Amino acid sequence: MMINSALPPGLILIVGSLFLPALVGNARKTLMLLLPVLTMYFIWAVPDGVQLTVPFLDYTLEPLQGDKLSRLFATIFTLMAFVGGIFALNQKSQIELLSAYAYAGGAVGVAMSGDLVSVFIFWEFMAVASTLVIWSARTKESYRASMRYAIVHLFGGVILMIGVIGQIYHSGSVEFGAMKADSWWTWMLLAGFLINAGAPPFSAWLPDAYPSASWSGSVFLSAFTTKTAVYVLIRSFPGENVLIFVGLYMVFYGIIYALLENDMRRILAYSIINQVGFMVTGIGIGTDLAINGAAAHAFAHIIYKALLLMSAGAVMYEINKRKCTDLGGLYKAMPLTMICGTIGALAISGFPLTSGFTTKTMIASAAADQHIAYAWFLLEAASAGVFLHAGIKFPWFVFFQRAPGYVEREFGAKPKDPPFNMRLAMVIFAALCVGLGVYPDPLYAILPNPVDFVPYTSTKVIHMLELLLFSGFAFFVLLKMMKRTLTITLDFDWFYRKFFNLLHEEFVVRHGGAAFAKFRQACLKRVDMIINHIFKHHGPHGILARTWPTGSMVLWVAILLGLYLLVYYI
Amino acid sequence: MSDQHDVHWLCRPATIKKLWIVGIAILVLTVALELTIHPHPYFGIDGWFGFNAWFGFFSCAAMVLFAKLLGIFLKRKDTYYDD
Repeated sequence: MMINSALPPGLILIVGSLFLPALVGNARKTLMLLLPVLTMYFIWAVPDGVQLTVPFLDYTLEPLQGDKLSRLFATIFTLMAFVGGIFALNQKSQIELLSAYAYAGGAVGVAMSGDLVSVFIFWEFMAVASTLVIWSARTKESYRASMRYAIVHLFGGVILMIGVIGQIYHSGSVEFGAMKADSWWTWMLLAGFLINAGAPPFSAWLPDAYPSASWSGSVFLSAFTTKTAVYVLIRSFPGENVLIFVGLYMVFYGIIYALLENDMRRILAYSIINQVGFMVTGIGIGTDLAINGAAAHAFAHIIYKALLLMSAGAVMYEINKRKCTDLGGLYKAMPLTMICGTIGALAISGFPLTSGFTTKTMIASAAADQHIAYAWFLLEAASAGVFLHAGIKFPWFVFFQRAPGYVEREFGAKPKDPPFNMRLAMVIFAALCVGLGVYPDPLYAILPNPVDFVPYTSTKVIHMLELLLFSGFAFFVLLKMMKRTLTITLDFDWFYRKFFNLLHEEFVVRHGGAAFAKFRQACLKRVDMIINHIFKHHGPHGILARTWPTGSMVLWVAILLGLYLLVYYI
Repeated sequence: MSDQHDVHWLCRPATIKKLWIVGIAILVLTVALELTIHPHPYFGIDGWFGFNAWFGFFSCAAMVLFAKLLGIFLKRKDTYYDD
């Protein structure tokens, strides 16, 4: 009976996605909706334990295993593909849809893999598919960003591969389970995972790449790479102390850079790093409650972040503008987009009655339970900061800020709420944000550890309201200081986008000049000489390429063997 | 104020003033509500009256100021990488 679950469910999305470009119209739309539904069915048909083994060299791979953690992440990845698919139904780029679905399939594959090699294969597959998602926006900017993205991820892949090989070599097993960062190879594994989570110093790839994708591409991108990283960290490094510090850094990095940012989708990209920082901190704390918090937060985060990027995508779709300095006053022309975007913004801030409140607060509670004072105070400050940089800043600058009619006057645009399928996708996710906030029990039931957490106590609600409303107050008091400018903020990517170029120019042009050209000429001449020399001996008329009689070859072999015998006896 | 009716109601100065008044009333109310609960502080200071209110406000102000300061050094024109 269980034969239907003997293949990794992620393969349904991966293989199915290949058929998408072959179809048009309703057939394609039907397949887009059917694939995630089928995948979801098979995910829940996988029982606990290893379900599929494949021999590989001296090892046994386990590309399919089931447990609560795997199912939780595979479920949210598939749900994301489904609702993202609805949102992207009228995306014309075939390659984007194909790669987005394959990307989702790779994420499901990672979540259900039981060994390091399978995880690595799906992991790298995701890197390629996500690069294609960015690239398929077909702009010069997206092409360049996708190449930088690919380079960072391939670099991360190499680090991960070294870690994987080291781990397999030293432990003698491909098992993928909890470990400690106490050797160079486990550190490499941890670093490989963290690069995909957007951890420092390689955080810049995320706000560089995601906002360059199309209006629908960035919705898919926001969900999978960083959250599979969260999944593998939960699986492999729960309670790893260093993650608390890495997570806290990410939390504040995201806030500060988002505060300085002008591009609405880059604001949201920075806030992904901020949110993943909360999860990474939770994994570092490592108690049952903290792990539940990190997992639940990842689940809720995928929904509200996709919702926020959908509302930003809807604005892009309608008026093709991204900068806060160009936006504002859209609340009248795009009321539903504004409402859904605001619900997403409230959810990311953890407002009571939204999914952020019922999930993210678990992590701070875990810090308090463990009496990790610095983590608790910093997480509280960060919760306030989330409301500041995403909760208010995003809807304020996009939908309010100016009187209605600004974009119509300035750009001659006629914005309205987007087509039905995009509105539907936003409404589904907005409903889930509120639904999981009001009634979180179904989510709590599928978390990895048993849940003994009551989100709604009067103390917690009043404290959260105080914290958030006063951050909102701070936003409006300091509004003049938040005025947007036509600027970007330098980050680590400056090294590979500018510094190395400058270094190259410095040596080649300014100091090198004529001397360098002479040196180059001399090198080329030398190479030419070597090639000519080889050609002389090995070319069609060369002495070594001539046809030799067999007898002479036998003679030479006999002489060589004789010499060998002689040397051997001496 | 003759064009009062041409302006969207949400943008009229009178509305904005009312919104500020309502907003501040809500802020006062949330802090007042704290009188009705008996919190169990974990670290001492978090049990102070209105802790979350002033902590939220000042940490946000600190973050905005820090961002502003960082911006002095790290902000560039958004065409910086375009060449």
